[in-house]
Formats: sequence, structure tokens, C-alpha cells
Amino acid sequence: MSQPDSAVADAQAGGGAPESLAALAARHGLRRAIARPSLPAYLRQLWTRRHFILTYATSRTVSKYSESALGQLWQVLTPLLNAAVYWLMFGVILGQSKNIENYPAFLITGVMVFTFTQRTVTGGAKSVSSNLSLIRALHFPRASLPLAYAVQELQQLAWSMGVLVLLILVTGEPITWLWLLIPVTLALQLVFNIGMSLFMARVGAFVRDMNQLLPFITRTWLYASGVFYSISERTDKLPEVLRWALEFNPAAAYIEFMRDLLIYQRFPERWAWITCVFWAVFALIVGFWYFWRAEERYGRG
Amino acid sequence: MAELTKESSHVAQEESQEPKPAKKPKPPKATVELGTPTVIVDNLHIVYKVYGAASDSQKGNAANALMRIVRRQGRPQMKEVHAVKGVSFVARHGEAIGIVGRNGSGKSTLLRAIAGLLPPHKGAVYTDGQPSLLGVNAALMKELTGERNIVLGCYAMGMSPGELRDKYDEIVDFSGIGEFVQFPMSTYSSGMGARLRFAISSAKTHDVLLIDEALATGDREFKKRSQKRIKQMRESAGTVFLVAHNLDVIEDTCSRVIWLHKGKIKMDGDPTEVLAAYNKA
Repeated sequence: MSQPDSAVADAQAGGGAPESLAALAARHGLRRAIARPSLPAYLRQLWTRRHFILTYATSRTVSKYSESALGQLWQVLTPLLNAAVYWLMFGVILGQSKNIENYPAFLITGVMVFTFTQRTVTGGAKSVSSNLSLIRALHFPRASLPLAYAVQELQQLAWSMGVLVLLILVTGEPITWLWLLIPVTLALQLVFNIGMSLFMARVGAFVRDMNQLLPFITRTWLYASGVFYSISERTDKLPEVLRWALEFNPAAAYIEFMRDLLIYQRFPERWAWITCVFWAVFALIVGFWYFWRAEERYGRG
Repeated sequence: MAELTKESSHVAQEESQEPKPAKKPKPPKATVELGTPTVIVDNLHIVYKVYGAASDSQKGNAANALMRIVRRQGRPQMKEVHAVKGVSFVARHGEAIGIVGRNGSGKSTLLRAIAGLLPPHKGAVYTDGQPSLLGVNAALMKELTGERNIVLGCYAMGMSPGELRDKYDEIVDFSGIGEFVQFPMSTYSSGMGARLRFAISSAKTHDVLLIDEALATGDREFKKRSQKRIKQMRESAGTVFLVAHNLDVIEDTCSRVIWLHKGKIKMDGDPTEVLAAYNKA
């Protein structure tokens, strides 16, 4: 008979003392199936999967809008309607606009910039837990999933930015050389978002209640980030530490940076640069490291 | 052939050392020379958690959930399933191993563990290279066209754009779905979908290929073609694992059959004998 009957028949084919299966594996250079790659190796794997990340992101976008009649037009309509709702609530009904000059532009900039971070982080938190079947079927660096979600939001952002720029021009702000810095701040914000969503992806994968809790967290964050009001004006009477904390808040920093460029037409202060760069670098390093540490445990179920 | 019903596979192993009728020489069924080990499964145990398996008396309403937190009890809906209980075997180059067993006997779990997608609770799986599950389905999206899904599936399996270009036409031809490739997959019949999935996932060459019920659908002609392809893969020095409920497929394709029963190996050996015993049980 050419086929071995069982493992042991195999292991003992030579006769004599039984060789343990582990020793047999070692003799033939077989390795354990589950092992976490080193960080540089992981980065290389991720790089070779770049086509998958991009295709997956685009496919998700196409598939997401394939059911609706207006299709991908919603990529433009969603930010427009968002801006309209907030403007109606905080601009017209609650009458915030008295102290702030060009309040519509102020508000819309805040909403768009915050939405970019909020959507990426929310998507990242779900990216592992809602793709378990994919994780359990195929091998790929798991960080591809939060990255794909981030790319998807980046594609959405391209539309939102178009809407934003258009609305800013409608409200009467001029085009200036400072606009050349817009890609810079968006790149910093993207890096921050990726770091945050990698971090949240791991949290969301193991803390199953996170997806229920996250809307409340992001809403609190929204209210604390000076989207509807000016932090520096409103926090005059607060203690110094609290004010500092509010202004150091990454979302607030990216929003203020964008407002400097689009509305106030001034070069952002050194403090703003430091905050924005710090958060991008810090979030990416911590988020990536934290996500990678659990690489082999995702999808365990 | 020994019927292994003892508690752990270690006991089973001792038993199988004795000469058994099954070991007497037989006309070889496999045409491929057996090579070095590719997969070694050493006393493997897999335990996983299942959520949402509540009994009737513990229906998950909010009040019950609150009481559980007050009483500091765990979630009753969460149950541990001991799916694989001490399985050991060695697979070699050129083998095509069929895995049979009833629903819930741990077949799919075993495949996932070999693929390195489920961590062992105890024991270990040693592999040569990266075994891959023929399970590209999970990456495909039914709202998208066949074309787009081919691209997505190939990238999900880790192909480069160059490889994709080389394989694309072959995949379309092999699946035989013709102009349907431009329609969304949600419009496909189940047979067409299965054909396309098999065509995509078998387009990549694997050292160790794990197939889970992939051949269950598809017409007669496609079954023949897919069996031929599995044979090719085996001959190109790989090892193929195949889980199927259709025993004919296993008998035609495999050179060895493992019968899993409640997470343990009940029998392991020549397809004719194991399948005969399995059919009797």
C-alpha cells in the first residue's frame, strides 16, 4: 500500500523508537502555521498587498452605492446635506453666528474636517470585526483592512473637499496661495486617521461593545472640537489646563489649521504646526504597533 | 483498518502500531510518488467561542442582561465549542487527502487550523510554506461584476498585477460564464457563482491547497474539469486537502481519506476502505 495508514505509521516508518511529530517536523524544516511576522517583514507584506487595499476600497465604494438610485452621486450629496443640516441647526435656529464672521464657512469647514476623521475612525473600528469571514479564509496582513477603509474615506474626502471649496468660494472667501497648503494638512490628518483607525480596529475586534459605544464617543469628541463654536472665545473663563487640553485636541487642531488656510487667510502658527505633526506621527506609530501586536489573534472568534 | 474510538489520539496511535489488515500491500492508487512531509498535525485541539447561542430560558432582553452584570455572571450566550479534539497525522507531497464526517464533526475547523487561520488551543500544526484555503468567496462582493470580482479575488489571494493579467483570460475561460462576466454576481445562478469562485481561487498555484465543499455545485462537466485541475495541482508537487459531502468526488480525487467523528480521527487510510466503513456507519 502506498498510502500511510496514520500519522504514526509515517513517523515510525524507519522503525525503532517512535519519533515525535514535533521532531519529524523539525527534521524536515516545517514551521508552525501561526506566527506573527517581524515589524519590518510585516511592513513589506503590507506593501506587496497595496493593490488589494486599493481594489478593496474602490470595490466597497462601488458596492455601497450600487443599491441606491442616485448611485455615487451620494458621495457629493452626503457632505452637502450634512453641511445644510448643521448650518440650519447652529447657524439659523440656535443663532451661533452672531460673534463669528462668515459663520457658514466656519461651520462647514469644521464639519467636513471632523467628518473625515470621524468616518475613518468609525470605519476602522468595524474593519476587523465585520470582515471575520475574510480573515478566516485568506492570508494577508490584517492591517490591510483598516487601511482599505481609510483609503475609501480618502476617496470620499476628495468629493467632500470639492464641495467645501465650492461653498467657501460661494460665501465670498478669496483663493490665496495658502490653499497650496491644503494637501499638506490633509496628508497630516490622513496619517493621524490611519493611526487612530488601526488602534480602534484592534479595540473593536476584541471589545465587541465598542461599535455600540463609538457613536457616543465620536459625538462627544465632535462637541469638544470647536466645530460649532470658537474654542478660544468660549474658553476664556476655563482654567488654563482645560483650555490647553481643548486646543491640543487633534480634531480641533486640524480644523483650526484648515480654517486658517481657507477663511482667516493666515499662515498657521508654529503651535498649530507642532500639534498637527505631533498627532500624525504619534497616532501612526502607536496605532500601527498596537495593531501589529495582535496580528495572529484576529479572527479567532 | 483500526477503528479508533479511544479518548485521545495518543491511544489511537499505539493501537495502530499493531499489524492491521489494512497494511497489507495493495495495488497503489496514487500515481504520484510520495515525498517529504508538507503538513504535520500534532495532537491538535481547537476551541472556539460562539456568541449568540442562548437557550430559551435565557432570552437576551435588556433586563436579563442587566441582571447578569449585577450578578457578575458571564454572557450565557457565549459558549465554547471544542471542535477538534486531539488530531494527529502527517501529510506528504503529492497526496490528496479527503476529509469526511458528519456536519459539525470539525472538518472545516481542521482545514482552517491547517491554514493557520485558527490558533490551536493545544498541540500544533507544522507546515512547509503557506497552506491556503480555497476560500476566496469571502473577498468577493455580489453587487459587483464578475470582472471586478476576478480582479478583487486575485489581489486578495496576493497576486501581483502582472500575474493577474496572465491569469485573467484563463479564469474566464475555465469558469465558462462567458459574457456574464460583465454582469453583477448577484445575477448569477448558484452554479455559475460556484464556478467563478472555483476558477478564481484555483488560478493561483499553492503548495498546500485546502478545498472546502467547493465542488458541491456546478454541472457534471464542470465537476470533471475541476477534478482534473485538482489532479494537476497534486501533480505539481502539492498537497491537496478536500472536504466534501459528495463522496463520489472524494473517491475520484483523493488518494487518502480521513474520517473525522466528533472532532477525532475515527479512521485514516485508503479511500475505498474508509468510505465503505463511513457509508456503513
